[in-house]
Amino acid sequence: MPVPENFEFFVDPGRCIGCQSCLQACAQCDTHKGQSMIQLDYVDRTRSTQTLPVICMHCDSPTCAEVCPADAIKRTEDGVVQTARKPRCIACNNCVLACPFGVPKMNTRMNLMMKCDMCYDRTSVGLKPMCASVCPSQALAFGTREEMAKLRPRAKPVNTFQFGMQTIRTKVNVMVPADAPRELIDVTAAMYSPTIGHDVLEDVFESEGAT
Amino acid sequence: MSQPPTGSSPEPVGPRSVPPNRAAPEQQPRWRRDFPIDWSEDDYVSRRDLVKYVVLTSAAFAAGQLWLVYETLFGRRRSQAAPRVVASVDELAVGQAKTFNYPEGSTPRLLVRTGPRTFVAYDQQCTHLQCPVVPVVEHGRLHCPCHNGWFDLQTGDPVAGPPQRRLPRVLLEVREETVYATGVEDGAG
Repeated sequence: MPVPENFEFFVDPGRCIGCQSCLQACAQCDTHKGQSMIQLDYVDRTRSTQTLPVICMHCDSPTCAEVCPADAIKRTEDGVVQTARKPRCIACNNCVLACPFGVPKMNTRMNLMMKCDMCYDRTSVGLKPMCASVCPSQALAFGTREEMAKLRPRAKPVNTFQFGMQTIRTKVNVMVPADAPRELIDVTAAMYSPTIGHDVLEDVFESEGAT
Repeated sequence: MSQPPTGSSPEPVGPRSVPPNRAAPEQQPRWRRDFPIDWSEDDYVSRRDLVKYVVLTSAAFAAGQLWLVYETLFGRRRSQAAPRVVASVDELAVGQAKTFNYPEGSTPRLLVRTGPRTFVAYDQQCTHLQCPVVPVVEHGRLHCPCHNGWFDLQTGDPVAGPPQRRLPRVLLEVREETVYATGVEDGAG
């Protein structure tokens, strides 16, 4: 049974309070019991308490599956990119390195790539994913688009990302301010913006050159 | 690469995955059809299917082996054909041989007169690599010169050299100075 079409996942990093409930709940999911598939990123740990939960975005053009040499990563019709098929996965780590969002995790003990599958055992029977069911601030929310528009009128969902020349549309939406000028998030643009704080490497080489 | 859509509501993703260059499926290289990302297009072999296939195939092989054993032990087939005149007794001296076909259109058979009233007949093809065998009556053997194979003249059993199976025997009957072929005993062992 596929995940219902009208139910969508919404990630709002601005609402994340860093409580790590999602990490704990994720480890309870039956599709990967004991393993948390969520990465809680600290945006700039020295200056801010801002955190950001990273779940699989479930791309329509999954780079993890594109690079898989063993043909192990499959996307079901409801748009969910599944964990690698155990009989096929050769634990080569290509997907881990290739994913632009840094989602797949290599379970070296099982020689298997595991990733967020949107709690397929739950969402395919109409339940919310574990993380969305526990998130106290609903930074991870699962519901209909109408529901979300009513609850968060000042935000809008965006599901198009730009990585250099590649455009990726995802099943999971990221909430951005409603008055945001762009309809897509250019991820690699940050590579060309000035870094926060001083550049450590530059300093090191300068002092080496001086002595 | 197409331009990302503009509008207030983002377009949901479709049921089919999209190649990285976002071109139409017809413009994609062939290997994309062979290694689809979509679950529904992949003919995934489950572990249960594989086990079923392996077990049934092994069972078929095992049954084949048992059939071979049965054929070897019990499978001496006698084919019946209408009796046919092969030669008259006086036609051959003791120790002489002639070839004939029985039944009609068969491989050459070898008739050997081993005594005044005794005849034996075998298929002339050696059971090793189908060379014609030559009777050596004074030693009671049939000799295949190709690879130095030897058969017993009385039974057709292989006694030396490469052949492993006995020569198919033609059953004979001597009635009133005439030798008749009455059947063929095709011995596998």
